[in-house]
Amino acid sequence: MSITVEPRTAPRSTPGTGVPDDKIPSGPLEQRWEKHKGQMKLVAPANRRRYSLIVVGSGLAGASAAASLAEMGYGVRCFCYQDSARRAHSIAAQGGINAAKNYQNDGDSVYRLFYDTIKGGDFRSREANVYRLAEVSTAIIDQCVAQGVPFAREYGGHLSNRSFGGAQVSRTFYARGQTGQQLLLGAYSALARQIGLGNVDMHPRTEMLDLVVVDGHAKGIITRDLVTGKVERWAGDAVILATGGYGNTFYLSTNAKGCNVTAAYRAYKRGALFANPCFTQIHPTCIPVSGDYQSKLTLMSESLRNDGRIWVPKKHGDTRPAHQIPEDERDYYLERKYPSFGNLAPRDIASRSAKEVCDEGRGVGPGGLGVYLDFADSINRLGEKTIADRYGNLFQMYERITGEDPYRQPMRIFPAVHYTMGGLWVDYNLMSNIPGLHVLGEANFSDHGANRLGASALMQGLADGYFVIPYTIGDYLAREGKSEVTTDHDAFREVESQTTERVDKLLSVNGRRSVDDFHRELGKVMWDYCGMGRTREGLTKALERIPELRDDFWNDVRVLGANEEYNTSLEKAGRVADFLEFGELMCRDALEREESCGGHFREEYQTEEGEAMRNDKDFTHVAAWRFQGDGIIPTREVEQLHFEFVELATRSYK
Amino acid sequence: MHLTLHVWRQKNGDDSGGFVTYDAPDVSEHMSFLEMLDVVNEQLITDGIDPIAFDHDCREGICGTCSMVINGSPHGPERATTTCQLHMRHFKDGDEIWIEPWRAKAFPVIKDLVVDRSSFDRVVQAGGFVSVNTGGAPDANALPIPKAAADEAMDAAACIGCGACVAACKNASAMLFVAAKVSHLASLPQGQVEREQRVWRMVVQMDEEKFGACTNQFECEAACPKEISVSHIAKMNREFGRSVRRVG
Repeated sequence: MSITVEPRTAPRSTPGTGVPDDKIPSGPLEQRWEKHKGQMKLVAPANRRRYSLIVVGSGLAGASAAASLAEMGYGVRCFCYQDSARRAHSIAAQGGINAAKNYQNDGDSVYRLFYDTIKGGDFRSREANVYRLAEVSTAIIDQCVAQGVPFAREYGGHLSNRSFGGAQVSRTFYARGQTGQQLLLGAYSALARQIGLGNVDMHPRTEMLDLVVVDGHAKGIITRDLVTGKVERWAGDAVILATGGYGNTFYLSTNAKGCNVTAAYRAYKRGALFANPCFTQIHPTCIPVSGDYQSKLTLMSESLRNDGRIWVPKKHGDTRPAHQIPEDERDYYLERKYPSFGNLAPRDIASRSAKEVCDEGRGVGPGGLGVYLDFADSINRLGEKTIADRYGNLFQMYERITGEDPYRQPMRIFPAVHYTMGGLWVDYNLMSNIPGLHVLGEANFSDHGANRLGASALMQGLADGYFVIPYTIGDYLAREGKSEVTTDHDAFREVESQTTERVDKLLSVNGRRSVDDFHRELGKVMWDYCGMGRTREGLTKALERIPELRDDFWNDVRVLGANEEYNTSLEKAGRVADFLEFGELMCRDALEREESCGGHFREEYQTEEGEAMRNDKDFTHVAAWRFQGDGIIPTREVEQLHFEFVELATRSYK
Repeated sequence: MHLTLHVWRQKNGDDSGGFVTYDAPDVSEHMSFLEMLDVVNEQLITDGIDPIAFDHDCREGICGTCSMVINGSPHGPERATTTCQLHMRHFKDGDEIWIEPWRAKAFPVIKDLVVDRSSFDRVVQAGGFVSVNTGGAPDANALPIPKAAADEAMDAAACIGCGACVAACKNASAMLFVAAKVSHLASLPQGQVEREQRVWRMVVQMDEEKFGACTNQFECEAACPKEISVSHIAKMNREFGRSVRRVG
């Protein structure tokens, strides 16, 4: 394999041949999905078993898709890197799942959920996709309840809801602080049933290392068995990636340690467009870093902001303990800057404000990288018991990690990378520009624009898996017909040998630095230059530094052991090698998006008050990157976003 | 602090394995147990020694991947805490720590501290679900469920499937794991239709996987990081008795 060094400066990309048709139906917004469903081709029940589908990933999107497609009669193979499908990282979502049920009679509707999501995404997502998401949200709750998901209930036996992440209606369904776990276990149980029935062939501890494209269509994947090291070929009529986000490019994030970009990035290198890679979400309420050994960051549910007040000292470099700082010397900066939303300002705004006060030297805790989240007022008002009922498990988790008691002293929190809105480009059918390659959940880009609202990730993962792909995949299969390609095809042989070569190369460098050491360094570059505040200067620096680091990696990484064994260093090395290429793509996308929107804040583009300044004239579009070869600047394709039903407005939470 | 680790090293399932002693000279009290092992592994890699393999993923106590017996206790000494959430402040300078994999016939060792827990998956595949296909579910509020039933279901459903219950049990019994799922679904109206078949099939599969019998020692509850109560085992026994009459 050739590793080419890219030019040290960052020349601008050139526009390419454009994105394919987005397949968005015409007509009134609320009729589009219905109309589209009526027009798609179908595969008859008796014919479905002839088709074999590959699902990569077993989180909310992957498990729900694999189970639903198997129920319909398709032959399904499902792969996950975890030791069991039940452990995918969707399991860690705490807060809840949105749905436009309007059970609380407080004015919610499909339209309102749609509008909140479009606005929350800072008008960088597609109207039709988002509307469909809001539309199918209600069926998700029905489905989950039917599976036995134990959502929180009122004494009358009906489902309980709460307002979440600043929403002005109560539309969030939850299962204590473990909503993601319960939804995933629901999808996992549906998947387990299909595995038991022999309709899904499940491969845990198996990682997808490449995509096989034959005559322009996705026809299979190459995997590595993480226990035996066996590299294998799998052919299918379509490939569905539900492989999650790429937050671990930053090394430190709230993602699980194994989350990675490899499947999506390999698909990109095989021709799939990667859309808006710079759109990353930094979550405001995480536990701050405590030392160099830090391996991941822990998120504290956003629901804490319902009763906690965020503040820092007014004075710079004030090192007094919190309780010694009198009320009039505290700056409740979110309440001050955003009186109507206050502590419930959306994630991007809350995170950026925390960074601002820390940059000013008013941060608290070690290194000044933290702000207080204070429950003293709520405890006085409601009593410790009520607070314990609401947040007991979160308080316990905080104490366990920090050794500090949040009932007695304020929590210290700091933003951390949490979710990535960017992902592989897909059309309305969730199919990428490579026919046959479908992308679901966090791995695609389509629904959250430049910022995701709280409790919407679970909604999207399950919407894609339960209620979109089962309809849209039939349209592709019916048009394409049964694939004749087998794993004996030359394309499989070639991709497999490239995969094996790459593994061998990783093992043969035998340098001095560990994989984690490189990952940490990349993470620091990404956080410093492509984190909460981005500048032309910083991004340019990152675009110089990342290729250097990548060269160092391929010359100096140390991966011990062999391929034919359980080898965690080798696993990590392959993933980090991809992060080292992908990080560059993120920085390039951030550099060329010369505006501030959602989670993407370019310091050059802000109002005098420090608010994000969008540039609707030049950037009301999706930037989709097309790989052109190692060492060649990818082309930046543009999909114009059309707002026919909502007016582009400045997001204001003041 | 300065610690001495005795870690179970086993190349693969065929290897007999044994303890190897490592020095951990510079451990911060704020590290998690797994971060401490990360640091030890970095040093091993520098020294050209194969790093210690252990399972882990979310590192926030919910995915159920991490699994090691620390000084004889699954997930270590702290109550209701997974290994990834166990912090080094619970140890003291000079401590010797013994680290082993889950030990059970149904959880064969893959390497070092990593075991194969696919037996749990097969137990769920045998019946740990409600047989409902996607689509066509009635409105979620059509069937009110008493809060107490929903809460009881949630108490059981909180199980993370880590296997500490099996590792803690002298018989390597999986009763708590299986009971948690049986109890979760038996508490809800949605679980009623398949109530008898479910418990029957799951118990049959549990036995086939070579998990041991339950002798009511309750070590499982003590070791469970999610504090799943053994009362669910009592409930499963009742459910099983009922199913013997109707299914068996």
